[in-house]
Formats: sequence, structure tokens, C-alpha cells
Amino acid sequence: MNSKKSDFVKFEQVDKSYDGKELVVKGLDLDIAEGEFLTLLGPSGSGKTTTLMMLAGFETPTNGEIYFDGRPINNIPPHKRGIGMVFQNYALFPHLSVYENLAFPLKVRKVDKSEIEERINKTLKMVSLTGFENRMPAQLSGGQQQRVAVARALVFDPKLVLMDEPLGALDKNLRESMQYELKHIHESLGVTVVYVTHDQGEALTMSNRIAVFNDGKVQQLSGPNELYETPVNSFVASFIGENNTFTGTVKEIASGSAKIETDSGETIVANPIAVSSSGEKSRISLRPERVSIDPNEQLENKFTSEIREIIYHGDHTRVRVNLLGNDEFILKVPNASSDLKLNVGDKLDLGWSSHDCRALDY
Amino acid sequence: MTAEIRTSDGELLSVKLKKVERRRRTTAFLLAAPLLFFIVFAYVIPIFQMLGRSIDNAEMNSFLTETHEVMQTWDGSEMPGEDVTSTFYYELKTAVENKYHGKIATRLNYEKGGFTSLIKKTSRKLKNFDENANFLDQFIDVHKKWGDIEYWQALKRGTDAYHFRKYLTTFDYEQRFDGSIERIPEKLRINVTLWLRTIFVAVGVTFCCFILAYPISHLLSVLPTRYSNLLMICVLLPFWTSLLVRTSSWMVLLQKQGVLNDTLVSLGFVADESRLELMYNMTGTFIAMTQILLPFMVLPLYSVMKTISPSLMRAATSMGATPFHAFRKIYFPLTYAGISAGSILVFVLAIGYYITPALVGGAKGILISNRIAYHMQQSLDWSLATAMATVLLIAVLVVYWLYNKIVGIDNMRLG
Repeated sequence: MNSKKSDFVKFEQVDKSYDGKELVVKGLDLDIAEGEFLTLLGPSGSGKTTTLMMLAGFETPTNGEIYFDGRPINNIPPHKRGIGMVFQNYALFPHLSVYENLAFPLKVRKVDKSEIEERINKTLKMVSLTGFENRMPAQLSGGQQQRVAVARALVFDPKLVLMDEPLGALDKNLRESMQYELKHIHESLGVTVVYVTHDQGEALTMSNRIAVFNDGKVQQLSGPNELYETPVNSFVASFIGENNTFTGTVKEIASGSAKIETDSGETIVANPIAVSSSGEKSRISLRPERVSIDPNEQLENKFTSEIREIIYHGDHTRVRVNLLGNDEFILKVPNASSDLKLNVGDKLDLGWSSHDCRALDY
Repeated sequence: MTAEIRTSDGELLSVKLKKVERRRRTTAFLLAAPLLFFIVFAYVIPIFQMLGRSIDNAEMNSFLTETHEVMQTWDGSEMPGEDVTSTFYYELKTAVENKYHGKIATRLNYEKGGFTSLIKKTSRKLKNFDENANFLDQFIDVHKKWGDIEYWQALKRGTDAYHFRKYLTTFDYEQRFDGSIERIPEKLRINVTLWLRTIFVAVGVTFCCFILAYPISHLLSVLPTRYSNLLMICVLLPFWTSLLVRTSSWMVLLQKQGVLNDTLVSLGFVADESRLELMYNMTGTFIAMTQILLPFMVLPLYSVMKTISPSLMRAATSMGATPFHAFRKIYFPLTYAGISAGSILVFVLAIGYYITPALVGGAKGILISNRIAYHMQQSLDWSLATAMATVLLIAVLVVYWLYNKIVGIDNMRLG
């Protein structure tokens, strides 16, 4: 087997505009490696679906070029690209049975009958739907329809599969189990997957890499834990996971540490990520789970807060406190520490390390 | 045996359920009742009464009851005996006194031509009859047609309380007096031609509507709402204009000195002396009916196409199907329900279409409905008119039955 290409799919300076006034995708440069599971994550209107549609061939880039396996594909119609696709609403052919749905891409390719049957059996087994060949799509549950849609996108062995929010219509439990299933299918087949979602949990669970989209641009492209632990700007920090923020001005900056005076007048020691000189405005991002309650150890930042609200969440309790003028500061208290007595109005000592507290762009 | 389930107030569950359901059923019935009564009394009952006329001859039978009875013993192979002729004489006399002999003449004339003058002349001379002499001879003296046995046979048949001969006429057949059924002479045959023409026009118009409506419906279903609404108004505009006005405008457009011909002549496509015959023939009927019935095809098609997700076609092409293949295998089959609903609607409306062919059809473009109207209004042979209408109704019901068998009436979507 030849070595995996790191630029199996390549977007080069791709722009897309629908109305000639606004760019939905702005100067997109993106390399997708062969065999990887790449997620395009972003809020609605961020350009992620447009990017996917350009790759599938349903939208034409206004500017720039897309390469697939080394070939420019801007002028290749969708049916000649050989890219599998799973649609948001499944897009199963309602008048065809499961078997006929799966046979469709194979019949188009003039695969002979015995092989069609063999491949369909194999694919249905992979999505655990053996025995459902003669059902009509309307007779299947949402999850089963989703499996058929995935099977149909994979049955003709495409090198690249695109998925457009495929789990959006499923309920929470089913969505989680399908996430694992898709992940396993990807791992066992080694097919390249480009996945679009607005659900960060989904993206973090399944992807090798995640491209966070906002405002037509990729804000950060990195692995799931890097994305969560080290967001490069305040959009990513606020979009991925929960996030407490302070705004302030840089007073002193050294390598690996910066003193920032918050708008309320206190000084926080933070990790300078997107600030480089004193006097700059900055937004400080801090994950709730990185805040210690009643800290014993030596921490650069220690402050006293006042409890505003306590919300019970089963496995953990969320505590909203007022800290340094921020009334929306959230703490996550694991339920193991049930001995902790919390009451609204109580004072609570909090502390965190400067490393976990990232000074980002304003 | 399973225990009877009771509700918490001790009533049997099944009884209670019926009680609750009954109230709902009553409400539903009451909501429908006004319309139901209106339809039954103003529509269904009159229609069946009218349709009954196609076989009903009770009035005629009541005019000449005794003659009819006496004639039952006459086998019609030779001239009738005095029992028949005398009874007929007395009943005709009563008819003349009560002035309904005219009706008898008209009715009998449907059975055999010449009866009108025969009865009228006989009625005038009736007072000269000698009631003690031979009646048959006196009848023949008044008019020699009474010597023709066919007139007596026609009299016997024409006084039956009911008969199905109008249905034979509907298809250009007749029953001879010896009971054999044969086609009428070729130069008199018109109904079969009209039936075939009607079916041809209905099928043709349905097909033309389908060809024209399919692309426009597709466009309507994929356009953004603000454009599709505008286009929809254009499609529905004909609905808001009186049928008569629309048909008249087609006359203005299509006639020999009309707008269309003038334009073609001035553009040099057609020579002035050979202007196109677009009206008073099938062409006119076809063009005008297609335009008028088009919305009935567009609406069901549109409503079905609207439900077809665009991602289906995308899915098909992403799997490697050419756009045409995807259309043929995916999109087109999904529109069957709309095609069949639109087709049956247009077909059923077209098969009974009256005003348009009457105005633009001329002699060569009229349809069976125009013939029915002719028999209702001009020839006054209501029996024949209703016989034809019954055949038309049955034809439409058969089409519905077939539709239900093949497609299922539940799949009908009308907008």
C-alpha cells in the first residue's frame, strides 16, 4: 500500500459567494489527509456546509481551486467525482427498498448482479441491518434509516465520504451510539471522512482533526484535545466547551506569563496566547473544571467569590458565582464532593493556575 | 376468557368507549349534514331521476295502457285484429279529447319516422269513424301507412313501460321490429364517432396538459417562495376568469381574421390566402381546452413535487447517476401520484367538456356533451340525452375505479 497523502483533498484559496455581495467562505486553505476523520465544526451560517457542498460538487467555488487526489475538480460534475455522501435528512429513496437503495450506486456503475448482492450483504452487516433488505425506508426507525444512508454512501467503496450533520435528527442516546458506530466504521475501513456538524461534543468524540469555522474562515484546525485545551482565539474558546471569561488590559508581559488588570481592577496572572505587548486589550478564558475550590496548593490566582445560584445536574453541580465583577462565572463541582455544603450567598475561595488561564484576543 | 375491563366509574370499557366515540361521530355528522342534505336533494336525487328517463316510458304506457295490454297477445307477424284496433281507437279518442295526442305522436315518432303526421291526420279524422265497422279498414282509409305492419309493431313497442333501446342508439345500433340488433345505416351514424372523438380529445388534452405542466410544476416547486408565488398566480389566473370569457378570447385569437393568423401573415410565415384553420375544428377544441384545464394538472403535480426533497437528486448524483438517470429512476417515479391525480382530473373534466367545444369546436370539433345538449334542447329526445349522459357517467366511474385499483384514491393530492 502506498503511503497516505497528506493533501488528499486540498482547498486552495477558495471563496464562495451566493449573492455577489457577501462571501460565505473566505480564502479557504485546507488540506485533508488520506484516511482521516475531519470535522468541519461551526455555528450555522459559518460556511461549513457550503464548503462540504463545494467538495461534493453541488456548489461551484467563486474563486480558487479544489483538488481531490491530486486532480482539480472544479469542473467535474458531482456524479463523476465518486464521493459518497450522507445527507442531513438521510435522502433515502422512499419508493425503493433498502436493498434497491443500496444497489442504486452499484447499478449505476454496472456492477454485476452477484457482486451487488455480495457487497450489499457485507455493507448491511457492517451497519448491523442484515435482514432489512426488503423494508421500505418509511418502515424503518430514524436510527435505522441513518444506518442505511451510511451504508449507501459506503457500498460503492468511495475513497472519500462526506457527511452533512447526519445525526442531527436523532435523539440524544441514539446519536451517541451512532457516533461510536461511525467512528468504528471509519477506523475499520480507513476511508477519508469529512463530517459537518454544529455539535461540538460530536466533533470531539469522533474526529482526528477539527476545523472550527466562523464567519467563512477556519479559526483553528487541530486535534480534539488541543482544540479544547489550547484554543487559539476567544471564538474557539467560547464555542468549544464551557468557558469563563474576563476582559482586561495587559499590564506586564513576560514569556509564559502576563499580568492583566481586569475591568474590575484586580490583577490576574495569565498565559499569553494572543497578546504580545502591554496595553493590549485581552479576553481571558478559563475552563470551569480548572478552577479549584478552597485551594490549598500554591496558585498564582486566588480570589473570593459569592454564590449566586446552584443548579443540580446529577453527575455534577453547577454553581454560578460572582467573581471579580463577573456575575456569570460558572463552577463545576463533581458529585463525589457531596460533603461540600453550598448555599446561595456563601463566600467561596477559588484559585487557578496561570497556565490554565489563557489571555486571548479581545 | 379475559376479564372485562371496566372504567373507574364501573362502566364497561367498550361501552364507555362507544359512548364517547358516538358523540364525536355525531358532531362529525352534524358538521357534514348541511352539505350532505344539499347534495342529496339538489344533486343526487335529481340526477338519478334524470338518468331514469333513459329507460322510463311510463307516461306513454299510461296514455295507451289498454292498447298495450291487448297488444301483448299479438305476435306481430300479421296485421293486428279488431281487438287491438278498436282499443287503440277508443284510447286515441280519449287522448284527442284530453289533448295529449300530440305527445303520443312525438313519442311514437322516435320509434318510427312518419308517426307524427300519421297520428295527427288520424286524430282529425277520428270523428268520422263508424264504431260498428271494421276499424283496421277505416284506419287504412284515413292513412295508408296503417296498412304497413311496422307501424303497428312500433305502436306495440312504443307503449312498453320501459326499454333499453336508447342505449343502443347511443352507440349507433337499433333494434329491428323482429327483435334483431343491427347498426344503423352508415350515413346516420354519428354517436360512435363522437364517443371516439371525445375519448381522443380527453386523452390528448390530458397528455398535452401533462407535457406542459410537468416542467412548470417542477420550476414552481424549486423556486424561492416569492418567485414561485408570482408564477403560481400566473398559472391560476385562468381560474379567476370566467370560462366563457376565456373561450371567447380564444375565438378572438384563433379565428381566420384573428390575432394569431394576422401575426403569422404579417410575419410572412403564412400566405394571406391560406390562413390557418385554427377554429371550428379539433385544433381549436384542443388548444382552448388544454389552456383551460392546465391548472388542474399543475396543482397536483406541484403539491407532489413540493414534497420531494432536493437532496434526493443530489444523493442520486453523488452516487454516480447522471442527472438524466437520476431523474428517470428517482424523481419521475416519485411524481407518479401527482401525474395520476392530475391526469384523472383533467381527463374527467375533458370528457364532459361542453362550452369550449360548443364555441370553438364547430361541427368538426364538437364532443359527446354537445350532442347530449342537442338532444336536451333541440331534438327534445330526453331519453336519448340521459342515456348518453348515463354512459358518460359510467365511463367516468370506470376511470375512477381503475385509478383506485392502480394508484389508490388515497394517493390523490390536489394541491
